[in-house]
Amino acid sequence: MNPILQLRDIRMRFGATVALDGVSLEVAPGEVHALVGENGAGKSTLMKILSGALAPDSGAMTLAGAAYSPAGPLAARRAGVVMVNQELAIAPHLSVAENIVLGAEPGGSVFVRHAESWRIAGAALAELGRPDIPLGVPAGLLGIAEQQLVEIARALALGCRVLVLDEPTSSLTQADTEKLFALVRRLRAQGKSVIYISHFLEEVTALSDRLTVLRDGRSVATARTAVTSAGEIARLMVGRQVSELYVRHNRAPGAVMLKVDNLAGPVKPSAATFELRRGEVLGIAGLVGAGRSELLRAIFALDAVRAGTVQVGVHAGPASPLRRWRQGVGLLSEDRKTEGLALKLSLEHNLTLPRLGAFVRPAALAAETATWIEKLGVRAAGPAQAVGALSGGNQQKIALGRLLRNGSDVLLLDEPTRGVDIGAKQNIYRLIDGLASAGKSVLMVSSYLPELLGTCDRIAVMCRGTLGPSRPVAEWTEHTIMLAATGAGNLGN
Amino acid sequence: MSESAARPSVLRHALAAFGPVIGLAAVCALFAALRFETFATRDNFSIILQQTAVIGVAALGMTLVIVAGGIDLSVGSIIALVTVVIALLLKHGTPPLLAALGGVGVGALCGAVSGLLITRMRLLPFVVTLGMMGTLRGTAKFVANEQPVYPDETWLNGLMQLGRSGLPAGVWLMLGLAVLMALAMRYTRFGRHVFAIGSNELTARLCGVPVERVKLGVYALGAAFAGVAALLQFAYITGGDPTTAAGLELNIIAAVVIGGASLTGGRGGVTGTLVGALIMSVVANGCTKLGLSNSVQEIVTGGIIIAAVLLDHLRRGGEQKM
Repeated sequence: MNPILQLRDIRMRFGATVALDGVSLEVAPGEVHALVGENGAGKSTLMKILSGALAPDSGAMTLAGAAYSPAGPLAARRAGVVMVNQELAIAPHLSVAENIVLGAEPGGSVFVRHAESWRIAGAALAELGRPDIPLGVPAGLLGIAEQQLVEIARALALGCRVLVLDEPTSSLTQADTEKLFALVRRLRAQGKSVIYISHFLEEVTALSDRLTVLRDGRSVATARTAVTSAGEIARLMVGRQVSELYVRHNRAPGAVMLKVDNLAGPVKPSAATFELRRGEVLGIAGLVGAGRSELLRAIFALDAVRAGTVQVGVHAGPASPLRRWRQGVGLLSEDRKTEGLALKLSLEHNLTLPRLGAFVRPAALAAETATWIEKLGVRAAGPAQAVGALSGGNQQKIALGRLLRNGSDVLLLDEPTRGVDIGAKQNIYRLIDGLASAGKSVLMVSSYLPELLGTCDRIAVMCRGTLGPSRPVAEWTEHTIMLAATGAGNLGN
Repeated sequence: MSESAARPSVLRHALAAFGPVIGLAAVCALFAALRFETFATRDNFSIILQQTAVIGVAALGMTLVIVAGGIDLSVGSIIALVTVVIALLLKHGTPPLLAALGGVGVGALCGAVSGLLITRMRLLPFVVTLGMMGTLRGTAKFVANEQPVYPDETWLNGLMQLGRSGLPAGVWLMLGLAVLMALAMRYTRFGRHVFAIGSNELTARLCGVPVERVKLGVYALGAAFAGVAALLQFAYITGGDPTTAAGLELNIIAAVVIGGASLTGGRGGVTGTLVGALIMSVVANGCTKLGLSNSVQEIVTGGIIIAAVLLDHLRRGGEQKM
């Protein structure tokens, strides 16, 4: 069958940086085509070119046999190529119907035909199998999954032929992810083509028909998913054999470093109790919204505490983030971009912020930052570079380096590998193992069960604000964690 | 090949660092070319510096506020109130030094009130200081009984005097404060905290920065600088006037912005701000020398503000594509 979309030898450079160095991609009609690659492999640049936000330096694109060179995002949408980003583009105050027809409102140049908008929006939602979503409510009141659906409906209403989904499950729960998969399969059955970008190889394996691997700005392979193993995909992505991804040395836990007793926040968590010892990694599993991040934030005194106590080593009593840093606790935020890092500030500013003398010597701090860049293996131009210019994995290393520089004994890590590529993930797992082996205590929240099972010594599961008992990792499987996380585990007890 | 690619970024970097200075040199060159004999004289440069002092000092404080991601619209009113306070204190026989310090203290107090409302009540700085602008202007008129207050002459009146030994003391005061502020922003924890809060308040909070306390300090300090500016204004008009410096806050903010600070916070500097203030004085002075009317001056100054921001935007737009 002729491809609906064809890209040949696309090249693109920014100044001295080569972003794309010959990418070719063919997408067949009615195909889910996965695009995988490490951060910095060129996925986002390629998608910006595809959606008209950038024009390539050279190369050819055809859409349904005709030359395709969109002048801008609007032209690309009109041609039938629509992108749904990780960060959703929803106008929260407009209604669902208004959001769906946004930019293509039916009617003349002045007035909008309201009834027609509703009809189009309703039809699009019906096509997605979700006619139950109310058209009149402000889109901001919907959950993340429904908002994403509204964006996809908008794509359909525009007569989209190629839908690009960029990390669509990064903020979805397991159940919503399943629904999204069903939806993508439904679109495929209707003959639409979907380009699916994801870090999660399981998703790629479960959903896609074919996949293309990008590495260092080149398309290194296209393969049928059914005959390609996850290990093979990982090998193609990093260009080398991925050795054992998870590392966990045998450790003997020591004295209690963090003692949390009946800690409760305004809403979540409700009465969480646990102990964390020296040389131990305690994992907290649970669904998105279960209150795991809130628990970490309450421990770190970033959010209000309604009841309960936290004892760090010998320190009890009043708490603030500043006190926690001084007590040797460090928090890695789950949201690197909006909270974890000040993206416009330099690596040096970001790394050294928690611990500064009343007077600072910039030259000394820059030199210190340079040694951390070296130690952490951060790929950066230097301490003065803005941290926002780094790739996700390197940003995360700086955010983690902040905890290490502070000499933190208790590390609260919230989704430490979110949005980083597989090579950086491996680095982070090794780092966590090394820290625990050196006697540090790590409390790790993650939605990715294999990594919890691979790195933690004990795991506790949180469900609707309630933290369950922690058990040695050997007593858990992905299945039993899921049961506990969804509240089904309690039924058996 | 990579050299040619690197060159524009070097140029861009130079433009980022020296953009305002280049702008200043350009306007100076323009007026010097048009009216060399009257513009490019030593005396005239002294006058330009003298006329920069009030806005310059207040803009130093405003730089701190803007870098921290805030704004203070009340500084014009603070200046008016403080000139009145100094004049009244002198009238009641307070020694000049104490009167000056008292005035600066009142300024700092006004800033602290704004700061408290912003941090404790979590109100928007724009709205709080807009309210303070009206309140303080009214207070100035109330305590001055709607009249300018002229106390007996003291050494304070000499702060802005030209002649004899070169530049007025007020100009030296501005330069001294500028050095202090530059050092504080670069070499203290407080300075780093201000940049962190302005760049990303959530990150600052996460990293243990006492955000509320720092912000309160920023508004108090910014207003204290307005108090010092008021002292110079008092010396310049030789009295306390509750109607003085109306709308001056906008010129002060403009100086900071021309100097390269970002109104969204996290970016700005003392050198840029002083150059920005100088650009505005030079334009005012040069237009007068050319015999252009006030209206033309205002149009030119407005154009410069927009041009400065536009250039900055174009430069950064190029960076962001990376």
